[in-house]
Amino acid sequence: MTVMENGIGASVKRREDFRFLKGIGRYTDDMTMPGQTYCAFVRSPVAHAKLGKIDLTAALKSPGVVQIFTAADIEADNLGGVPCGWLVTGRDNKPMVEPKHPILASGKVRHVGDPVVAVIAETLAQAKDAAEKVSIDYQELPAVIDMKAALRGGGSAVHDEAPNNMCFDWELGDKAATEAAFAKAAHICKIDLINNRLVPNAMEPRAAIGAYDIGTDEHTLVTTSQNPHVIRLLMGAFVLNIPEHKLRVYSPDVGGGFGSKIYHYAEEALVTWGAKKIGRPIKWVADRSESFVSDAHGRDHVTHAEMAFDKDGRATGLKVDTLANMGGYLSTFAPCVPTWLHGTLLAGQYTTPAIHVNVKAVFTNTVPVDAYRGAGRPEATYVLERLMSKAAAELGLDQVEIRRKNFIRSFPYQTPVAVVYDTGDYEASLNKAMELADYKGFETRRAASKSKGRLRGIGVASYIEACGIAPSSLVGALGARAGLYEAATVRVNPTGSVTVLTGSHSHGQGHDTTFAQVVAEKLGIGIEQVDIVHGDTAKVPFGMGTYGSRSIAVGGTAMVNALNKVIDKGRKIAAHLLEASEADIVFEGGAFQVKGTDRKKTFGEIALTAYVPHKYPIDMIEPGLEETAFYDPKNFTFPAGTYICEVEIDAGTGQIEVAKFVAADDFGNIINPMIVEGQVHGGLAQGIGQALLENAVYDEHGQLKTGSYMDYCMPRADDVPSFQVTTTNTPCTHNPLGVKGCGEAGAIGAPPAVINAVCNALRDYGAVHIDMPATPEKVWRIMNSAMPKAAE
Amino acid sequence: MTQVSMDVNGKAITADVMPSTLLVDFLRRDLALTGTHVGCDTSQCGACVVHVNGASVKSCTMLVVQTNGAKVTTIEGLSQGTALHPVQAAFKEAHGLQCGFCTPGMVMSATDLLSRNANPSEAEIRDWLKGNICRCTGYHNIVKAVQIAANTLSTAKVAAE
Repeated sequence: MTVMENGIGASVKRREDFRFLKGIGRYTDDMTMPGQTYCAFVRSPVAHAKLGKIDLTAALKSPGVVQIFTAADIEADNLGGVPCGWLVTGRDNKPMVEPKHPILASGKVRHVGDPVVAVIAETLAQAKDAAEKVSIDYQELPAVIDMKAALRGGGSAVHDEAPNNMCFDWELGDKAATEAAFAKAAHICKIDLINNRLVPNAMEPRAAIGAYDIGTDEHTLVTTSQNPHVIRLLMGAFVLNIPEHKLRVYSPDVGGGFGSKIYHYAEEALVTWGAKKIGRPIKWVADRSESFVSDAHGRDHVTHAEMAFDKDGRATGLKVDTLANMGGYLSTFAPCVPTWLHGTLLAGQYTTPAIHVNVKAVFTNTVPVDAYRGAGRPEATYVLERLMSKAAAELGLDQVEIRRKNFIRSFPYQTPVAVVYDTGDYEASLNKAMELADYKGFETRRAASKSKGRLRGIGVASYIEACGIAPSSLVGALGARAGLYEAATVRVNPTGSVTVLTGSHSHGQGHDTTFAQVVAEKLGIGIEQVDIVHGDTAKVPFGMGTYGSRSIAVGGTAMVNALNKVIDKGRKIAAHLLEASEADIVFEGGAFQVKGTDRKKTFGEIALTAYVPHKYPIDMIEPGLEETAFYDPKNFTFPAGTYICEVEIDAGTGQIEVAKFVAADDFGNIINPMIVEGQVHGGLAQGIGQALLENAVYDEHGQLKTGSYMDYCMPRADDVPSFQVTTTNTPCTHNPLGVKGCGEAGAIGAPPAVINAVCNALRDYGAVHIDMPATPEKVWRIMNSAMPKAAE
Repeated sequence: MTQVSMDVNGKAITADVMPSTLLVDFLRRDLALTGTHVGCDTSQCGACVVHVNGASVKSCTMLVVQTNGAKVTTIEGLSQGTALHPVQAAFKEAHGLQCGFCTPGMVMSATDLLSRNANPSEAEIRDWLKGNICRCTGYHNIVKAVQIAANTLSTAKVAAE
């Protein structure tokens, strides 16, 4: 296929870079509204307590204070709680327990960081000073932290509605068939593992500005969101009772999301509602410490899993029992993460015929947990890929060979866990990864490392994910309270330039560039003729936003469908102008041409004619050239690939260095290879971060011990290597671009690749598993608690 | 209030400030130079890096009164109009930025590195940038960008000599 200079498949340099590089990007905190006030929240310093008296006397006298809000004010206005967007139904058809999540804590606080009081003042410093003068009587209750202890009950309940702290008890798969497979197994591989709790840490802290115009009765919320229309829907309909036409939500430049900016948060509702109460705009910006205790966290699973194999190393059954932490309240998509985004991915790339998964979701006195880059799929992949490499070691098979034996090779493939993979070629990405990693040369490198006193290990992980979220009828049946289509409007301007209004949202993904490439290619016009508009409910008709690697697969398809409608209308206009039959008009290279002749009209001429319809079939077609499409995907997309990691461990200190990291991904067709590689790099660093560095640690009292960058180990430039990334391509079969999505793969495949490599390096110490993050201390303890086996 | 005078991006500035005002807040709020960002509150993330008398500093950890009489350069002062400084151009060329939030600090930090070490190794680049956290790029393309910029700048220097 030839690649147009700025079309599909070209590594076009990003158009959005200029403003970011010049320091003239426009993030929420960069904006100041006339008359703006500042909000500081008083947050609970304890994990679990009954709220006693709240004394505002001193705070109200503090200089610059405009207003102070507590739960009493919220309740006086009868506002709703922060809603949950997904109802999971558990065993015996029992719906999840869904307690109210008040905007400001009412009666009780349920995690450190739970907002109790909102102080509004003339300046931020004044708001913070006054907040310190608020006196709150916390009558402490025992903190519920450990999930197993929480479920045993008998102690404290986070919510009265769930005396044993169980939110739901959910299962998927055929239990009887799975038990039967285990009964016949030649080998059973067992593992207990923890998928460590992470803090997403987009570099831009969350921020929100609320405003109200009494003249038009219009509310505005500027917020750091991945999906402003979803926020408008949730906050307008469920919390503040503001209809859509009186509520504008926009998210200008957003400094990263990784899932944490999907959800509707209490602070957004407070500033929007409060702005009307005080008649002035209110701005709130989280400082990083506040982000740590108020942004939804990710992962936090405790799992026991077993995999049954026949005598040839073929997987015959898989059982997974997981405890999933929900935190103190249900965040927007929290219940769907450990269920429909986790259980459904447990087939992985393998033909395992019988699978059963049970997930118990648990309330604890911790920050709510929700989707973080990968969301459920990293947890599933980690379980499966640790089992595969552990089983390989137990069965005396190579990590690669056990995977090859079990690959799915024929498509479409119905898994035993509800989803249908449309296409894939797992062998191809495995082979490409092995070649790039020089897999065959590993033992030589291992020996070379050993001679330097370093332990070298190699880890393989073959992941699959479900992206392009999602068919509405399917997710509706599974408990989603929204549709998951996407919308796009293609507005052709009279002189032939094009404005696309997309419901997808870019917060680092580069849509200004990739979406424009698709338009340029489809319409045969210059990329500079195309403008991509997103992130504003006042401009974009509707949208479900960006998460789950859905932008190009769902948002891109909506845009392509709208482009096709534009081309269809253009063909009608051209047929009229060229006095030809519509069926004889072909659109190619930016021109409508009568087949087999040189008679043609350029796209620009057709646009102008549509808006200046002097010679125009006005009885048959309307003037103007603007089309909208809503696209509801037919299936998920299934990106997949193989990652190979090599680590070197300092035998004296346990320090781990990632010596080599290879990623071979099948994302289907690719719009902009440069941007795709960048997405993979970022995901890999987050995955390596989870495996080796990052951990959100609560003590038994519910204090977050890793509440800043001094304690929470973010991956830095010297913690990660340069990556070797490549792609294979089996185009998605059910969207017109053949695309699958690439945003989350790195974070999904990397953790098991790294841990498999660490375990491989430590094999002589009898290490069968090490929990993430594999810190030097854990490694050192393994090396010093067992004598190494005699050297080979 | 205390009076301070300084040069910010080539412009003479005199202002009365509270002695407790941080340089970053002065730049962002008083001068509306919002290209300098705040990503943490423990002097770790580096989104706020600017140059004071040519050296990179974290402007969240410096009082504005400490810059009295100094020459301060922010990301907005690194290049003029539609031009890009070679380091900025290299970040675009190498796709060394995604969401853009850490980018101003990253660029200012990298510029200082190259003024001290015209031809840094990959390890030296990674070591220098430890004080700037990026959550999007995995640093791979940032390292590449700094290498490209080093090349451009040394070629330009050779040409000038």
